[in-house]
Amino acid sequence: MCAVTIHSETLTEPKSSGYEPGVNDFAMMVATKNGSGSQTSNEVLIRSLFRMGIPVSGKNLFPSNIKGLPTWYTIRASKDGYIARRATTEVAITFNQDTAAEDVQNLPPGGICILPQEWKWTHSRDDIIYYEVPVKPIIAESNIPKDFQDRIGNMVYVGAVAYLFDIPLDIIEQALLDTFNGKQKPAAMNFGVVQRAYDWSRENLEKKHSLRFEKMDGTKGKLLMTGNEAAALGSLFGGLTVAAWYPITPSTSLIDAVMEHKGIRKDPDTGQDTVAIIQAEDELAAMGMIVGAGWAGARAMTATSGPGISLMAEFAGLAYFAEIPCVIWDVTRIGPSTGLPTRTGQCDLLFLHFLSHGDTRQVVIIPANVAECFEFGWRAFDIAERLQTPVFVMSDLDLGMNLWLSDPYTYPDTPMDRGKTLDKEKLEQFFAERGEWYRYRDYDGDGIPYRTVPGTDHPRAAYFTRGTGHDDRAVYSERSEDWVKNMDRLRRKLENARSFLPQPIIDYDPNKKIGIISYGSNDPAIAEARDRLAAAGIETNYLRIRALPLAHEVHDFVMNHDRVYVVENNFDGQMHQILRMELPQDTTHMISLALGDTLPMTARWIHTQILRQEQE
Amino acid sequence: MANALGLERAEYRGAPSTLCPGCGHDSISNQIISAAYDLSLPMHRVAKFSGIGCSSKTPAYFLGRSHGFNAVHGRMPSVVTGAVTANRDLIALAVSGDGDTGSIGLGQFKHIIRRNVPMVYIIENNGVYGLTKGQFSATADEGQQLKYYGKNELPPIDLCMEAIIGGATFVARSFSGDAKQVQTLLKAAISHKGTAVLDIISPCVTFNNAETSTKSYSYGKANEIPLHEIEFIAGGYVPEREEITIGDYAEGETIAVEMHDGSVIRLKKLGKDHDPRNRLAALSLLEEAQMDQIFLTGLIYYEEPRMTLAETLNLTDTPLTQLPEHKLRPSRETLDELMQRFM
Ligand SMILES: Cc1ncc(C[n+]2csc(CCOP(=O)(O)OP(=O)(O)O)c2C)c(N)n1
Ligand code: SF4
Ligand SMILES: [Mg+2]
Repeated sequence: MCAVTIHSETLTEPKSSGYEPGVNDFAMMVATKNGSGSQTSNEVLIRSLFRMGIPVSGKNLFPSNIKGLPTWYTIRASKDGYIARRATTEVAITFNQDTAAEDVQNLPPGGICILPQEWKWTHSRDDIIYYEVPVKPIIAESNIPKDFQDRIGNMVYVGAVAYLFDIPLDIIEQALLDTFNGKQKPAAMNFGVVQRAYDWSRENLEKKHSLRFEKMDGTKGKLLMTGNEAAALGSLFGGLTVAAWYPITPSTSLIDAVMEHKGIRKDPDTGQDTVAIIQAEDELAAMGMIVGAGWAGARAMTATSGPGISLMAEFAGLAYFAEIPCVIWDVTRIGPSTGLPTRTGQCDLLFLHFLSHGDTRQVVIIPANVAECFEFGWRAFDIAERLQTPVFVMSDLDLGMNLWLSDPYTYPDTPMDRGKTLDKEKLEQFFAERGEWYRYRDYDGDGIPYRTVPGTDHPRAAYFTRGTGHDDRAVYSERSEDWVKNMDRLRRKLENARSFLPQPIIDYDPNKKIGIISYGSNDPAIAEARDRLAAAGIETNYLRIRALPLAHEVHDFVMNHDRVYVVENNFDGQMHQILRMELPQDTTHMISLALGDTLPMTARWIHTQILRQEQE
Repeated sequence: MANALGLERAEYRGAPSTLCPGCGHDSISNQIISAAYDLSLPMHRVAKFSGIGCSSKTPAYFLGRSHGFNAVHGRMPSVVTGAVTANRDLIALAVSGDGDTGSIGLGQFKHIIRRNVPMVYIIENNGVYGLTKGQFSATADEGQQLKYYGKNELPPIDLCMEAIIGGATFVARSFSGDAKQVQTLLKAAISHKGTAVLDIISPCVTFNNAETSTKSYSYGKANEIPLHEIEFIAGGYVPEREEITIGDYAEGETIAVEMHDGSVIRLKKLGKDHDPRNRLAALSLLEEAQMDQIFLTGLIYYEEPRMTLAETLNLTDTPLTQLPEHKLRPSRETLDELMQRFM
């Protein structure tokens, strides 16, 4: 068997959902127009199921557009706690006439379609159930101020769904309050429409299906949050002091959340802010700002996506070489240039790891879930200051912008690690003990030098920071010995980082001969695929990479299996390439399963791919 | 002679220069050393910045006891913005070139001015790219000839005009050969609370020193027309000094400009009757000077500083880099409360 990258020929999944739907175990797709207010309705449904204790996930498939283009939102309820995306759904709420025909076609046999009655749609399929609700008449009766009527129509399907699938109205009411941040007035206005639609449905619709929701105990103690918001909170708990950014989907909501929550960091003594948030003129400047701030001793961060990373490349090399701590969140989207700005993928991996000209090997850490976004939010600063290097955190659109069920966050369990930074007293002590201090000298043998920051009141604290060649005294040097010595030390620093960075999460049983390696937000799809594979008699081990450069255990994991599938969501199998580059041995047993189809990965895709390979 | 901090002038020096002998940039470094020494600047509070170019190399050649950062080409302003936001106590002294600021860095130049980040922004303007061996820069004279690159057909960008239009609150022009004026303007710029732009014509003796160039020594020496005779009376940095006496500036031809720290610049009118506090007048002055190819120097524009970036952001008076950990990490209870909202 050889290492192959499998692409789109197997992309389209069969129409039958491949699932046995049941109570608290089915998926709904909501098709609407962008900007029609459906985001609120969908969020209310998700929050309602969450409040009922049902494990739930939501995936927003939205266009790069403000108003008018089609948007699809998938809500999946899973009593077993599977929260990966599903490609097919049992229920379609088709509220967008432009796509309705196709949306109906995509339903599996026995599927359910909910649509506006006033369309007078011909029922093109006789193997599905249609429910029609009079959207406009319900709105008309609801006494909604004219300005809001346009955006509230989608509450009608919330009412219909509540009746058809048994979501209690008091729960919807509560979810509305959650969605509107506790604001009574809009919540009440929307609830009026929901109630009317519910009542109409109860009086006029005859239930012809058995799928429904019922309360359970699957979300107790859990949070419902986006990765971007978690990252923002993590950063604030990590001592972020300077954030510089330039707006770009899907990273914008990360900085928005920093702004929203920065109140928790007001100085209680003066009421002044301890976090500076600067909207830069472009990403290049944003990166320059955090490099300047990190150099001066701040915990500095930016958030961007691929196009922004491109602009940051020169500064990334300078910061790597001049050894300046800073944190860069790359909430990835897909494609070169603008690509598909509202779709997800893991396409920036190689780019981040090798970002900049010259020999650079950047540190990349990769959260897989919301709790890890919080953790890496604060930990990234510790890593950056400890290693004195830029730290890239690779999240993605799916993790960053969609709502996820999450375990609660763990409060940072260690004090902040400010690294080898010498203040006045420490510098005096350093001189007393060693008789010297040079900025880039490796005193501890770990490749990490000692630094000072400007403002240190000591006559010998200063040094000159530059991107040009320098010796270990930070003096300009064009001598090749100095160059090589410095590069050697940087390499040593990065080598040591392998065991210092977040280690992989490994589920390993020596009796199993098939391994899966993946990273980031593919995690829930992999968990589900492994269960399905096990049910089909294929037992797998699993290693989830959390950092580059790779931990040593990754090597062992690859070598301890007969076959290893490297599952990732980019077109080129980028992690597979890194693994092949880093492993000296023959790795033909390592198979690339690279998707890159612009969508969050499904369990079904992984399961089908591995099954097919294993049967060969 | 030691200054108020007990330091000799020599202690304000940096590493020996590696620029071409006679390069205008070295004269400016010298004036920076003198100004800092005269003002008794505490060197540990000074942070030096630059982009890339011969000019941008110079921060290594002055104030050796200050941290310095030689950044990337044209992007020094963003680095200053970050550093000064992180530590608002820093005195930022930055050097750039006409290529560094007028071409690749024009965007960042405009934006740091707009944000009013407190700093001294020196442009060592020679009309060419020195370090890459003599290409035209965007400030080169129209019609100028260069050895390899022929004739420049494009009109120059006037960086002082750009600064004024961009909202700078301190804009001056000088000539590196005019040690006294450069030094006086530097002192005033250092005392200014906001982005202070100093466009200093600084001949490149290697690539642009033809008599015809307005950026040559001979041209500068022969044609420099100072707007005013400038005198600077220090205020701020060494508090224990005697109270400043401003003297008699009410006399008809002298304007006194008082800086936020109590320093005063006295401008004694020479040829032109220019009030540097009038923005439109400053712009027309520059426009006329450009049309007549006159080389005017002095304080061209000054206004009461707007809020600095740190003030706009409502940052703590204590520099962010000096906040203790308990002000940087909210409590466990705060986290628990926050999580409740998402449950
Ligand atoms: C991104 C980038 N592009 C090009 C260069 C090459 N480069 C170095 S200095 C310079 C021009 C410097 O001109 P100026 O700012 O006027 O400084 P001078 O040498 O004249 O003092 C150029 C183009 C570079 N260092 N970085
Ligand atoms: S090339 Fe010109 S600008 Fe550069 S050091 Fe020589 S004289 Fe100065
Ligand atoms: Mg130049």
